[in-house]
Amino acid sequence: MGLRARPSGLGARLRSILGAGTPATDATWDEVEEALIAADVGATTTLEIVDAARERFRRESGGSGEDARRALAAEIRDRLVRVGSGRFELGPAPSVILFVGVNGTGKTTTIAKLAARLKGEGRTLVLAAADTFRAAAVEQLRIWGEQVGVPVVAQRAGADPGAVAFDAVAAAESRGLDAVLVDTAGRLQNKQQLMAELAKIRRVIERRLPGQPRHVLLVLDATTGQNGILQAEAFSREAGVTGIVLTKLDGTAKGGVALAAADRLGVPILFAGVGEEIDALAPFDPEAFVEWLLSE
Amino acid sequence: MFESLSARLQGVAERLRGKARITEADLDASLREIRLALLEADVNFKVVKGFVARVRERAVGADLLSGLNPGQQIVKIVHDELVAVLGGERHRLNLATKPAVVMLVGLQGSGKTTTAAKLAVRVRREGRKPLLVAADVYRPAAVDQLVQLGDQIGAEVHTRPVGTPALEVARSGLEVARQRGIDVMILDTAGRLHVDDAMMDELVRISGAVMPSETLLVVDAMTGQESVRVAEAFHAKLPVTGLVLTKMDGDARGGAALSIRSATGLPVAFLGTGERTDGLEPFHPDRLAQRILGMGDILSFVERVQENIDTAEAERTAQRMMENRFTLEDFRSQLRQIKNVGPIGELIGMIPGAGQMAGAAQEAVDSGQMKRIEAIIDSMTPEERRRPDLIKASRRRRIALGSGTSTAEVNRLLKQFVEMQKMMKMLSGGKVPRLGGGLGALLGR
Repeated sequence: MGLRARPSGLGARLRSILGAGTPATDATWDEVEEALIAADVGATTTLEIVDAARERFRRESGGSGEDARRALAAEIRDRLVRVGSGRFELGPAPSVILFVGVNGTGKTTTIAKLAARLKGEGRTLVLAAADTFRAAAVEQLRIWGEQVGVPVVAQRAGADPGAVAFDAVAAAESRGLDAVLVDTAGRLQNKQQLMAELAKIRRVIERRLPGQPRHVLLVLDATTGQNGILQAEAFSREAGVTGIVLTKLDGTAKGGVALAAADRLGVPILFAGVGEEIDALAPFDPEAFVEWLLSE
Repeated sequence: MFESLSARLQGVAERLRGKARITEADLDASLREIRLALLEADVNFKVVKGFVARVRERAVGADLLSGLNPGQQIVKIVHDELVAVLGGERHRLNLATKPAVVMLVGLQGSGKTTTAAKLAVRVRREGRKPLLVAADVYRPAAVDQLVQLGDQIGAEVHTRPVGTPALEVARSGLEVARQRGIDVMILDTAGRLHVDDAMMDELVRISGAVMPSETLLVVDAMTGQESVRVAEAFHAKLPVTGLVLTKMDGDARGGAALSIRSATGLPVAFLGTGERTDGLEPFHPDRLAQRILGMGDILSFVERVQENIDTAEAERTAQRMMENRFTLEDFRSQLRQIKNVGPIGELIGMIPGAGQMAGAAQEAVDSGQMKRIEAIIDSMTPEERRRPDLIKASRRRRIALGSGTSTAEVNRLLKQFVEMQKMMKMLSGGKVPRLGGGLGALLGR
C-alpha cells in the first residue's frame, strides 16, 4: 500500500514485547491496548479487539509474544475483511461516485488521484465541481482536471451543487463516459442544513440515473481522532456511504479510527492516500494496514 | 460510546452519593471512567496518564475521603485540573512591531487559509491595517482562495506569479508591508507534514527571513492522538507562540488542545468556528475545559445572546418570568429572538447538559416545527395568549384550523407551556430543575 514505516518508539516497544522469545502476560496486553489507543483505534474498540484477541490467543496458541501478535493481527484483519472485499468496481456506465466528508480531509485531491488512476486504466471520465461554497474550490478542481486531462463540469461559485452534479451526469450520459466523480463542499457532520443539502445532491443524482451514485465515498483524514466515528455515522445517514478513503497516511498518524468507522458502518475501506503526488492513492490492503498499525 | 466526560463524572458522583467515605476501589472505578472519557475526547494517552495520576493525588490528598459530597469534589478536581493545564490567562498576540508578522503553519487541511482571513478581520476591527500574504504556492488554487477571501473582507492580498518560491513571496510581502505602512502582515503557508524535512526546512527559512513576532500553529479540533507529535515537531523547528484550534463548531471535544498544551506548554490563542470570516474567537481556558467535560459553554452562550438580543425586551421577559407572569406572547417573542441569534443547534450545544439536545433542536427548526409553534401562537387572540386557560375545545379547534396544524399539536403546546411555567416558578423559587427540560419537552423529546 506504500505505507512507509516510521519509527515511533511505541511500535518498536510493541515489537520487543511481542517478540518470539517473550511469553505474553497481562502486562503485554496492557501495552497492546496502549499501542492501539495511540493509533487512534479508540478506547472502546481497542478493548473489544484486545478482549477478542486474548480469547483467540488462549484458544489457539502456544503462549509466546509472537503468538499474541498473530492473534491480534488476525483479529484486526478479520474486522477489516468482514465488512466487504474492498475491491473497487465502477459498474455499468455511467457510474457516479460521490465524495463526501468534513472540511480539509482531502476530497478534491483524492478525486484528482482517483481520476488519474481511472484514466490510466483507459476509463473516460468527467469531474463535477459541486463544491460551489469554498472560495476557489472550483478553480482547484479545474487545475487538477487540466493536469490529469479530464473535463470538469462547473458553474459559477455559489451555484446549486445539485445542479452541477445533474449537469455532469447528463454530460456523461450524452457523451457515453464511464464515470462521473462528484466533488462536494466539506461540511461538519453536525450541521443539519448542510447535511440535508448533501442528501439532496444524492437525490438529484438518483432521480436522473436510478441506481446511482454507485459509490458514495467518505474521505476520512488519518489524523482524525474519535470524531471520525461520528463523521462516518452522520454522512452515512444522509448520503448512504458505501466505502471509505483514508487520506494522509504518509505522516505518522495511523488512522486507527477508520477501523471503528468501517466496522460501525459495515462498509470497506477502499483506498489509502499516501502522499501528495498524483499517483499516491493505493487500493486499501488490509494486511498492509494491520502491519502498519502494529509495526513501527 | 460518546458519553461525555461530564456524563461519566455525573455517573461517578451518583454512585458515590450518600457514601460517608470513598474506598480505594471507588476511586479506582471513578478514575477509570475519567480515563476512558478523556481518551474518547482524543486527549493523548500519555497526557491522560499524567492527568489521571494528578487527579488521584489531589483526590487522595484532599479531605475528599471525609468530605460531605465526594462525587462533586471529584468533578471539581477534574475541572480545576483541566483549567490548570489549559492555562489561566488568554494569550494576547504580540503585535508591537510595525509591521508585525503573524505566520500561520500546520498540516494540510487544518484551516490555515480560512484562519488567515479571519485574523485579518479581527485586525481590521481593532482599527489596524492587515496585509494577507499568499505563500501557499503548492496547493492548486490556494492563492485564488486567499485572494477571494481578501475581496470578501476588503483586505489587501499580496501574491506573486505562479512559480515564485514561497520564501520569495514572503520576503516581497514584507517589503510591501513596510512600504505601505501595514500594521500586521498575516502570512499563509502551505500545509505540510511534520515529518517532511524539506518542507519543514522551507518554513524555517521563511521564518528566518520575515522574523514573525507570532507563529501560530493551526490545528484541527478533530485531531486524534497525533496532535502531540505534530505540535512537538513544528515547535522544535519554529518559534511557535500559540495555537489556533479550528472547526470548533463541530462536535469534536477538542482533546487536542489539552494534549498539545500539556505536552508543549503552548497556549491556545484562538478558536475557529464556522466558515464565515468572523468566526474566530479568543480562547478562554475555563470554557474549553467545560466543553471537554461536556458541560457546555454557558459563557459563550450568554455572550452570543447578548450580542444579538434586544436587551430591554429580554429584561422585560426575565422580569415577567420571575413574577410568574410569563405568557405565550412572551414565549413567541423569545422564539423570534432565538432565531436572530444564530443556528439554534450551535447555541443549545453551549448550554450545560444540553449537548445532546442540540441536534434535536436544530432538527426542530429545520423541519419547521419551530414555525408551527409560532403559527399556533399567532392564531390565538391576544387575550388567549395572556390567559391560555381560556382555550377550551372549540377555541383549540379554531386555533388549529387557523394555524394549519392539528388540535393535538395545540394541546401539546399548551400542556408543555404549563410545564414551562411550573419550571419557572421553581426557578424563581430557587429550586433548580433539570436543565433543558422545558424546551426539550416543547420540541417533542
